[in-house]
Amino acid sequence: MTTDPTAVTTTRMGGRPAALPARRPFVDTLHDWVTTVDHKRLGILYVGYGLLFLVFGGIEATVMRVQLVRPHNDFVAPQTFNQLFTMHGTTMIFFAAMPIVFGFANYLVPLMIGARDMAFPRLNAFSFWLTAFGGLFLYFSLVGGYGLYGMGTAPDVGWFAYAPLTAKTFSPGHATDYWTLSLLVSGFGSIGTAVNIVATIVCMRCPGMTLGKMPLLAWLNLVMACLVILAVSPLTAAQLMLLVDRYLGGHFFDTQAGGSAAIWMHFFWIFGHPEVYVLVLPAFAFVSEIIPVFSRKALFGYPAMVAATVAIGFIGMSVWAHHMFTIGMSAGANAFFVLSTMAIAVPTGIKIFNWLATMWGGTISFKAPMLFCTAFLFQFLVAGLTGVMLSSAPVDWQLGSSYFVVAHFHYVIVGGILFAVFAAFYYWFPKVTGRMYGESLAKVHFWLFAIGFHLTFDFMHVPGLLGMPRRIYTYEPGRGWDAWNLIVTIGVLFQAAGILAFVVNLVRSYLRGRPAGHDPWDAWTLEWSTSSPPPEYNFPTLPVVKSRRPLWDLKHPEDPDWTYE
Amino acid sequence: MYGLIAAESAIFVIFVVAYLFYAGKSVAGPTPEVLHAPWVPSICLLSSSWTIHSAVAALRRGDVASFARRWLATIVLGVVFLGATAREWRHLIVDEGLTIRTNLLGTTYYSLVGLHAFHVTVGLVVLTAVWLFGAFGRVAPADAERVSLVSMYWHFVDVVWVVVFSVVYVIGR
Repeated sequence: MTTDPTAVTTTRMGGRPAALPARRPFVDTLHDWVTTVDHKRLGILYVGYGLLFLVFGGIEATVMRVQLVRPHNDFVAPQTFNQLFTMHGTTMIFFAAMPIVFGFANYLVPLMIGARDMAFPRLNAFSFWLTAFGGLFLYFSLVGGYGLYGMGTAPDVGWFAYAPLTAKTFSPGHATDYWTLSLLVSGFGSIGTAVNIVATIVCMRCPGMTLGKMPLLAWLNLVMACLVILAVSPLTAAQLMLLVDRYLGGHFFDTQAGGSAAIWMHFFWIFGHPEVYVLVLPAFAFVSEIIPVFSRKALFGYPAMVAATVAIGFIGMSVWAHHMFTIGMSAGANAFFVLSTMAIAVPTGIKIFNWLATMWGGTISFKAPMLFCTAFLFQFLVAGLTGVMLSSAPVDWQLGSSYFVVAHFHYVIVGGILFAVFAAFYYWFPKVTGRMYGESLAKVHFWLFAIGFHLTFDFMHVPGLLGMPRRIYTYEPGRGWDAWNLIVTIGVLFQAAGILAFVVNLVRSYLRGRPAGHDPWDAWTLEWSTSSPPPEYNFPTLPVVKSRRPLWDLKHPEDPDWTYE
Repeated sequence: MYGLIAAESAIFVIFVVAYLFYAGKSVAGPTPEVLHAPWVPSICLLSSSWTIHSAVAALRRGDVASFARRWLATIVLGVVFLGATAREWRHLIVDEGLTIRTNLLGTTYYSLVGLHAFHVTVGLVVLTAVWLFGAFGRVAPADAERVSLVSMYWHFVDVVWVVVFSVVYVIGR
């Protein structure tokens, strides 16, 4: 974040470190970053912002796990516990995961499609700052929750804020309003960025890059952005209704006036489930770029991958009510959502088989990005399998709102998405900073985090099966949950140590890493054809591509890809 | 622009669904019988789609003067619609005693129609800005592409009104 801006424009061709640029006053640097409309800088801002909130959310999770380490613990008060899980969920989804995937999309999509910037650079900056202030809004509730007169308080209604708990009667004060407004504001930011990504991919591809020759990362981000447009808007509408209820005395979710609490659930999950795919499709995108490069093979089954992505986009919009089996819907609705949820496992399975087929027979090199991708494959598979279990309504009636569900979706989000995000960090770090990360520290990070992840989330399934409900702040001894909860909390320590190794690695490599050169992985997509870090204009001349792997064609003129495709 | 329209449509869909879901579920009066279909304002709003379309077409031909005239006509028609909505709301609030907190009909009616009226207002602000640019000679035929984006938004607002009208005044009663 403290890159000297002159260093960005100083080209570092051929891996030679640039001559040391003269120091500029800090205020100038800050001014450049705050007013930037460059997609690469906004990408870095998004990711840095997301990392910051990842640490906040992580601390909240750690405190919760300390509270649950043994029965009858009194590390935090019950009210605080409610605030912790609300803030943890909201922070992680909206202010850690979303900014990180948007940041990568911002940085990578124009580079990979051979464009000089996003379609609307100023909209891009506007969207980022909306998201940034949305996050501040949420955390401002800690001081302003009761309007600054009394003690401040964080929202405590759960990250999906079911009605009627959010009604003025049950949630007095302003904490819930901060929650609503922060999601409303950052939601507008998300919609802006999504519109921008779609317009960029549709209009700004370099000459020769047809949709069928586009890197898979761009395809996945295109579908992701369409999902954001269709899914975040309902959340915006629902938040508006909640505001009408809370401020104008409306009755949308007021059961005493004939309103319905279930309709909030519908509106929220129409957003909430596609949101999972909004986060996981970019994770798929990272994996689809990294696995081929580290297996030294072209991606297996590109057309099938694209088709599966679009299928996930469509089916993903029609599965939301599987979050609501326990409220007692009609048999027809149950059957529909069971079947549509099971159906989405098919395109996801196609993807997993294609990644495996890409690795099959390849010359695999287990550098840190590939390690994280391999772990992703296993863990995402397990997460998908527990997902298929929960998609069956009778099983869900038994396990809904238990720790089994918590374990399932953390397997998706941590074991799947976060592992892929770590892979992406290591893979593109040389491109973004021009320096190589420390490989051995990255492996320490991987093993610490993988062990911690499995300790925490493998063993979290068991108390769920034994009937431990989610969102309880403490529990009775002697129910068979004690040992499992202890193991789960011990895993958190490993994960925290892993994150520490990660952050240390990022900072140290940024300051003292060895120069990476413009193409350290011998990769095939366009971002590796320009210098590291890329100049402000990305490409001196716009590239012209003839196949899906333009750099392969350049490096192997005797055997170019376009003779096969 | 298509992306924005898709996002906006999704927002309206949620409000329309809420209106239909809650139709007839109010536990206390007034009932939808108090609503009167605003035929004349609706015709005004829909015909403004035609005036804005022909304004953009005139600009494409290079006829800046008739662009300004038809653009102004669009603004006037929009204002007439908005004024009629205001009058209808006044009637509902003062004579019928229906406010946003009276019952579910009030909540859903005012938020759906209000959301649309808000979009009309935003449209009018943008239209007026463009018209002022034109009045100071800052709109040239080369700007036809940009101006047509405003027109696209206005068409969207009109199409939404067709849906809202059918839902509120035809199906909802």
